[in-house]
Amino acid sequence: MLPLFILAPLAALLLLNLPIHRLTQKPAWWAALLLSVAQAVAAVAVPVSFWGRPSGLERFVTLGLVTDNLSRVLLLSIGLVTAVALLVGRETIILPRHRSGFVNLVLLSLIGMNGTVLLDDLFSMYVFIEITSVSSFVLVAMNRDPDALEGAFKYVILSAVATILMIGAVALLLLVSGSTDFATVSAVLRKSTQGPLPKIAMGAFVCGLFIKGGLVPFHGWLPAAYSAAPPAVSVLLAGVATKASGIYALIRLTTSVFAPDPSLNNVLLLVGAVSVIIGAVAALTQTDMKRMLAYSSISQVGYIAMGLGCGSELGIAGAVFHLFNHAIFKSLLFVNSAAVERRLGTTDMNRMGGLGSRMPLTSVTSVIATLSTAGIPPLSGFWSKLIIVLALWRGGHFAYAGIAVLLSVVTLAYLLGMQRKVFFGKTPPEWQGIQEAETGLTLSALVLAIITVAVGVLLPLVLNTFLLPIRGIL
Amino acid sequence: MTNLDIVLLICLVAAAVATVMTARLLRSAIALALTSAVLTVLMFRMDAPLAGVFELSVCAGLIPAILISTIGLTQRLTFETLEVRRKELLRRFWYLPLIVVLVGIAMTHVRIPLDFPPPPPPAAISVREVLWNLRHVDLLGQIVILLAGAFGVAVLVKEVKDGS
Amino acid sequence: MDPEAVRLFSIFFIGVLLTLLAGFYCILTSANLIRTIIGMEVLTKGMTLLIIVVGKTAARMALAQALAITMIIIEVAVIVVAVGIVLCVHKYSGSVDVKLLRNIKG
Repeated sequence: MLPLFILAPLAALLLLNLPIHRLTQKPAWWAALLLSVAQAVAAVAVPVSFWGRPSGLERFVTLGLVTDNLSRVLLLSIGLVTAVALLVGRETIILPRHRSGFVNLVLLSLIGMNGTVLLDDLFSMYVFIEITSVSSFVLVAMNRDPDALEGAFKYVILSAVATILMIGAVALLLLVSGSTDFATVSAVLRKSTQGPLPKIAMGAFVCGLFIKGGLVPFHGWLPAAYSAAPPAVSVLLAGVATKASGIYALIRLTTSVFAPDPSLNNVLLLVGAVSVIIGAVAALTQTDMKRMLAYSSISQVGYIAMGLGCGSELGIAGAVFHLFNHAIFKSLLFVNSAAVERRLGTTDMNRMGGLGSRMPLTSVTSVIATLSTAGIPPLSGFWSKLIIVLALWRGGHFAYAGIAVLLSVVTLAYLLGMQRKVFFGKTPPEWQGIQEAETGLTLSALVLAIITVAVGVLLPLVLNTFLLPIRGIL
Repeated sequence: MTNLDIVLLICLVAAAVATVMTARLLRSAIALALTSAVLTVLMFRMDAPLAGVFELSVCAGLIPAILISTIGLTQRLTFETLEVRRKELLRRFWYLPLIVVLVGIAMTHVRIPLDFPPPPPPAAISVREVLWNLRHVDLLGQIVILLAGAFGVAVLVKEVKDGS
Repeated sequence: MDPEAVRLFSIFFIGVLLTLLAGFYCILTSANLIRTIIGMEVLTKGMTLLIIVVGKTAARMALAQALAITMIIIEVAVIVVAVGIVLCVHKYSGSVDVKLLRNIKG
């Protein structure tokens, strides 16, 4: 069953690119959508016992994949956001030729992300992270806009630096433990007779993951790439690609592989806090909608890092929950900006205004996403932030908890500012005839908004099925 | 572990420094191929023949070919710009080898903390078995990333016929 | 760890660090996107050497060779995509000057 997550998109990719154009171009988009929705459904609906059962496929090619609840959360997020990105792509990418290229690259990044979250070997995880990154490079540069090409090249360079750090760490851990899979490395690291070398390796790997995940001070590529990329690609990148590769790997390593280490936790707390502050403050000053959302992403990922840095079960549960919520509400915000960009042709917020009456669905879902990001009850973002703040408080990091709460207010400020500039107020004369965006965009926005509200309101249900099982991984 | 290995290592570092410092891009790409060749010899000396063959064919053959064709496709330097570049690079000329030599000498006095028990010796298996049995996921990853590179370049370089 | 292996590793580790230094220097001071790609290549050479040396020291040559081969293939894919981006940049603006990368921490 599990290898299907990697092999099914691969089979789809190969089949859909056979040179029978009339036969393969139209179903391509639908097949990809079907795969991602099926993945989202399977991640939730299929009970855990079913996962381990070897299917006929497994006898043919055993891929040695494992899963636990953390992976399931990620699989669900990946499936959802990929489906949304495909929907957005259908509306915003006009030429069928471009669309087939887009679908191919999305399938490739789906393979990469699924592989990252399902594997239990350091080097194999790195290989699939690279697959996701390579397809992201091309996705960012897809429309060949000069800003997009610049963002893509910066991403390439910083990704190469991250590669160096991660491979260096893998090499040192190989020297110490003789293998690269999680079980062996973690057993050796916990014996604590190894001297400072493993600590250096851990630090290097974590720095590499900071670069991939876009934490300060390694976030240089993120604003350029997110803001200049085509709208569907921004949804995919912000929602899952950086999270599934960088942040998931960070969570997996700090919980399962690396020995609990107070200095590592302190580094995570510090980097997380700095990211939250710098992301939020930079977002306040932006006039371009997508750039502001990019800095907001940096800020939210800082929260996840702070939750991880607590080291307690509560903190890690909060971090994972916030990861899922962030995938949902940040994708929603990017879908809204895609709708606005599609109708208006620009993302400069100073030129916008009063779109609320003309694009009602977009504006309502945008308000929901704003409230969730800022952490307003009873939406989902409130609960995950509350859990993180509680974990910080209980862990004795009062200053960090204070920073988290304060910066929530700043988050609310810049997001409300965006709302005011874009959706409320007077409409400039040039946008008088604007209508609501197409079905694909509104449908995906609606679905994401419903999920945000549902997860927030139905918290007791979520708590039992979602959070408590996460304890199992510690 | 003989003096030959140390000499080869110094050659490798020298070739890498030469790659970085040459003024002309074409010579830089050829120096990169030379660096790969030295690395291949080092690999052969350290009992890694399969990886050495891969390194030679790919990094000393395929990649410099790709780079040289790119340089050919984008080269627009006239002689004036070449002179300006040379002056800028002269500024670069002193820094790097100096830094490299100083850091090299400094590092020989630093002791790398390798005082841990060595990992248990593995079962004696060959590279082919490792690749096929142990690391088959990596093989799948290799196939997928090559596909990613191929599709990626197809998307990037395809001519857009409608003039957008 | 026996002292002979330690000596081997230490010397080669210095070599790897110097190669990485050269690669980083190239990326930081390049005036041309293609030279940046060459710098990335030099960095990858250093890491390949590190993996092989680790394999020799820890007597894990088969595993290290498999890892090195995979790394080389990943490097090919990344270089190919980077070259594709550079060709696009060239087509749409006529030069491969690194001034297009306005500031690294942008």
